[in-house]
Amino acid sequence: MSSDVMATHTAQISTDRTWLQTLHEWATTVDHKRLGILYILLALLFLVIGGIEATIMRIQLMRPHNDFVSPQVFNRMFTMHGTTMIFFVIMPVMFGFANYLVPLMIGARDMSFPRLNAFSFWLTALGGILLYFSFVGGSGLYGAGNAPDVGWWAYAPLTSRAFSPGHSTDYWTIALLVSGFGSIGTGINLIATILSMRCPGMTLSRMPLLAWLNLVMAGLVLISITPLSAAQIMLLVDRYLGGHFFDSQAGGSAALWMHFFWIFGHPEVYILVIPAFAFASEIIPVFSRKPIFGYPVMVGATVAIAFVSLSVWAHHMFSIGMSSYSNSFFVLTTMVIAVPTGIKIFNWLGTMWGGKIQFKIPMLFCIGFLFQFLIAGLTGIMQGAAPFDWQLTGSYFVVAHFHYVIVGGILFALFAAFYYWFPKITGRMLNETLGKLHFWLFLIGFHMTFDTMHIPGVLGMPRRIYTYEPGRGWDIWNLIVTIGAFIQGVAILVFVANLIFSYLRGPKAGNDPWDAWTLEWSVSSPPPAYNFASIPTVASRRPLWDQKHPEDPDSRYE
Amino acid sequence: MAEKHKTEWPVLVGRATGVFVLLGGILLAASLCNATAPSENAVPSIFEPHSTPAELIRHLSYFVLVITGLIFLVVFILLTYVIVKFRNKTLADGREPAQVYGSTQIELAWTIIPILIVVVLFLATARVIHAIQDARKPATAVEVTAIGHQFWWEFRYPALGIVTANELHVPVSDPAHPTPTFLKLLSADTDHSFWVPQLAGKTDLIPNRVNETWVDPQQTGIYFGQCAQYCGTQHAKMLLRVSVDSPEEFAAWVQAQKQPAKQDEKEIAGRHVFETTACINCHAVGGTNATGRFGPDLTHLMSRSTIASGAAENTPENLRLWIQNPDAIKPGSLMPAMKLSDNDLDALARYLEALR
Amino acid sequence: MSVFARPITQTPVAWTLPDRGTVGMASLIVAESAIFTIFVVAYLFYAGKSLTGPTPGEVLETPIFYTICLLSSSLTIHFASRFLERGKRGAFLGLWVLTIVLGALFLFGTGQEWHRLIYERGLTISTNLFGTTYYSLVGLHAFHVTAGLLMLSIVLLFGLAGRVGREQSDRVNVLSLYWHFVDAVWVVVFTVVYVVAR
Repeated sequence: MSSDVMATHTAQISTDRTWLQTLHEWATTVDHKRLGILYILLALLFLVIGGIEATIMRIQLMRPHNDFVSPQVFNRMFTMHGTTMIFFVIMPVMFGFANYLVPLMIGARDMSFPRLNAFSFWLTALGGILLYFSFVGGSGLYGAGNAPDVGWWAYAPLTSRAFSPGHSTDYWTIALLVSGFGSIGTGINLIATILSMRCPGMTLSRMPLLAWLNLVMAGLVLISITPLSAAQIMLLVDRYLGGHFFDSQAGGSAALWMHFFWIFGHPEVYILVIPAFAFASEIIPVFSRKPIFGYPVMVGATVAIAFVSLSVWAHHMFSIGMSSYSNSFFVLTTMVIAVPTGIKIFNWLGTMWGGKIQFKIPMLFCIGFLFQFLIAGLTGIMQGAAPFDWQLTGSYFVVAHFHYVIVGGILFALFAAFYYWFPKITGRMLNETLGKLHFWLFLIGFHMTFDTMHIPGVLGMPRRIYTYEPGRGWDIWNLIVTIGAFIQGVAILVFVANLIFSYLRGPKAGNDPWDAWTLEWSVSSPPPAYNFASIPTVASRRPLWDQKHPEDPDSRYE
Repeated sequence: MAEKHKTEWPVLVGRATGVFVLLGGILLAASLCNATAPSENAVPSIFEPHSTPAELIRHLSYFVLVITGLIFLVVFILLTYVIVKFRNKTLADGREPAQVYGSTQIELAWTIIPILIVVVLFLATARVIHAIQDARKPATAVEVTAIGHQFWWEFRYPALGIVTANELHVPVSDPAHPTPTFLKLLSADTDHSFWVPQLAGKTDLIPNRVNETWVDPQQTGIYFGQCAQYCGTQHAKMLLRVSVDSPEEFAAWVQAQKQPAKQDEKEIAGRHVFETTACINCHAVGGTNATGRFGPDLTHLMSRSTIASGAAENTPENLRLWIQNPDAIKPGSLMPAMKLSDNDLDALARYLEALR
Repeated sequence: MSVFARPITQTPVAWTLPDRGTVGMASLIVAESAIFTIFVVAYLFYAGKSLTGPTPGEVLETPIFYTICLLSSSLTIHFASRFLERGKRGAFLGLWVLTIVLGALFLFGTGQEWHRLIYERGLTISTNLFGTTYYSLVGLHAFHVTAGLLMLSIVLLFGLAGRVGREQSDRVNVLSLYWHFVDAVWVVVFTVVYVVAR
């Protein structure tokens, strides 16, 4: 079989290189597949680090008045945990998958700007290193080494020189500014690739949903990361040039930072979740053996979500004392965005309806995603009702809500993507037994932690506190939350072990282990460096379906 | 045989998650049912309101919970049904199912119904927003100015000429003749948030901005809360204690607070220590030349049950510890360790303990 | 079923897609517009809110001449690009140099203005809210002009070495898009700072 010949040939080539040469190749690569893998590996590293930070917090909080860590360390933990998970785990891993898959799925040989691609990745990596260098490099009144401790939103004026002496805040600011430019580079690259590099016949309405959704995500990156960059430049002007953007003594406004931050912050969460929607939209159809239900509406709903997401930001600021009219406006836009989001859940259900559902590991994670994203969306609606939010915001309820979205929704979809595309990327299948263990352990741990976490929230426990008072009824719930965290930790270790073990010894995958329909499954696993021997021409949304079912091609029905 | 076992898994998935949801629901319900009376119950649950804003919020929250609960049930049932009904029974069957691409009618239906739900939710919410935020302040209202500091609360009653800290006293409000308390919220440094869940939703204290909130507690007792917007190292210990007093108790408290500091002649040594060390830079004692505003007003320190904004009980031992080594109680607070000799410390502590 | 290396269909299709350079530059412009928007919003939000110090009305002088310089440079670069498309290298180079000169004049004018404001009128970035927002907004724009001039100069060097011809006109067009953007931003900044919030 020619793919086996290819694989052996590649193997023969690699043994001729020293490890230093291999390292050099990877460090200087501009190949979208390798950069994709680098992004994913970076994200996995930071996932483990961020998880350790979370574990430290949970140990501290498992009983009241605990002294596992000092308040200063705890405050650095929640700041670093949030910053790491959002900017150095989820964003890079999504960029990684987009980088890897988009050119393959649209029949291209690489991204539009390969060198910009590499530059963007290394900027992100540099940002991550800078952020963590703060542990040793930050200095100031507290002595050697301190990481930022201002929360991942870095609200002014807590970040001013007066309240944050030393350089911890500067590490936060500059690390995110640098990686932000990397993200903008990737956004530009994705748009230029998707618009300018599609293979013949692949009109926009024939693109896989993953390409569409990454196009929308890239557009959001351009207009929402930039407000954060602007605000961070303003913060640096304040801290280093004596500026007064957020200086209350000079008439500056703390609320202005909040507005700028959340104008970034809300679309940011859609940047995180839209690629997760993309994974679900590719995987659920394959394991239901049906095309996605309502392709045009899925595209339209995503575009609608992107637009509306630019108008909801102040629902993070319901408690800051805006007028009742402003609050009502943001209630309306927040409720409105639930409509296209809910529609997508129904479309996924509609895809599964009447299908022949295969409960392979990617599908198990997708089902978890559906169920949990539904709940997350509903707790989001609860908080969209502003007066209800006046109780829930700033408490463990909102912490539970957004972890439900990010862990229960996004991370589950991400696990599905790993199990689904690992064979394509590495040429080997992930182990099924370990996969099931991973799924079950993580499901149990996730629910134990994040279902329970809603309760201390409604019982009055605020967030970002290093300890709490006994006798407020919060103790037992915090203990349960911590136990669940450990279970999730074990599950992650199982997952990492699976990745390593299967990469070395997993069974060979072949081109198309899942009997799927998009172009990446038409090339070898792993694909050759040039992706396609000759650029394909497509006539429908599922080119491989047309090939496998020439008597009933999709092109007849679209 | 092996295939039969495999097809059991998805059912188990559905059931297991359903069990968890049920468990979660039971736990939640259990936490909401608190049978003890409010004054003994230190659990600041948002579902145990004793003041109109918190009650309005609870009504709205029940409405929202019912609607979202129904949505959840419908979708959950559909999802479980789909998983069970359409799981692939015969792997050997090479035929693909019917390839359905969409359905305009169905998609229209599940667009229009959510839009209607959104309209209903929005209208219900807007009403409560106006009811709470645009409530008019009656002439009988008690006015308090709350100033957030790192990491304590300053409370001033401008009309009554009172300044105190950390423990707020308000009169109980009879619904027939309401005597609510309206609070102006200011900040001396970073962002804070005033949150006493049983009395009202939280409102932030933001520098350079005047916010307002109000409460009208209808049952006497002590209500707990704390700062709900991260403000720095000791955000966790910026606790709130609201004492809802009967009209007589409140009047008595106001009377006592209005007096200047009780000057006990026996404690002249302690007063000397207070007024010649750095204490007066930050603290005020009414009727003396201590007029510092950076730290809490100590005129009636002993009328409070806690010190350090609730971080410790107000006992002689804790008071001494706080003065000598505040980091032992609240590491990272802005109270400096005074490093007094034992004699000075004793004298000072006795002086402070006389400030009733 | 193996589908390795089998082309999907063989029928040739007429297939044109937007030029990736143009799309990339348009995307960059969108992103940069967002950054500028935030600085403009901050400027407008703080207009009239300074607690002390000079107000815009007291110290600002409308830079008519340097604005004309910058906006004309959009014209010169436009015609330079047209000449290059027709292969007229000489005219292209001449107009290109003129573009750079006009842009440099604008920068010089900005520097002159700032010198006057700082040394004669006492307005620095730390004086008050007006100072902070003014220098940040105009400075951000000047930074982008500088970056643009650098890129234009690189093209000039290549052009003088005889390496810029009709085949490079696409890339030159992409660069001139950036330059037009910089000029468009100045129209907005000028209107906000010297007209609206005076």
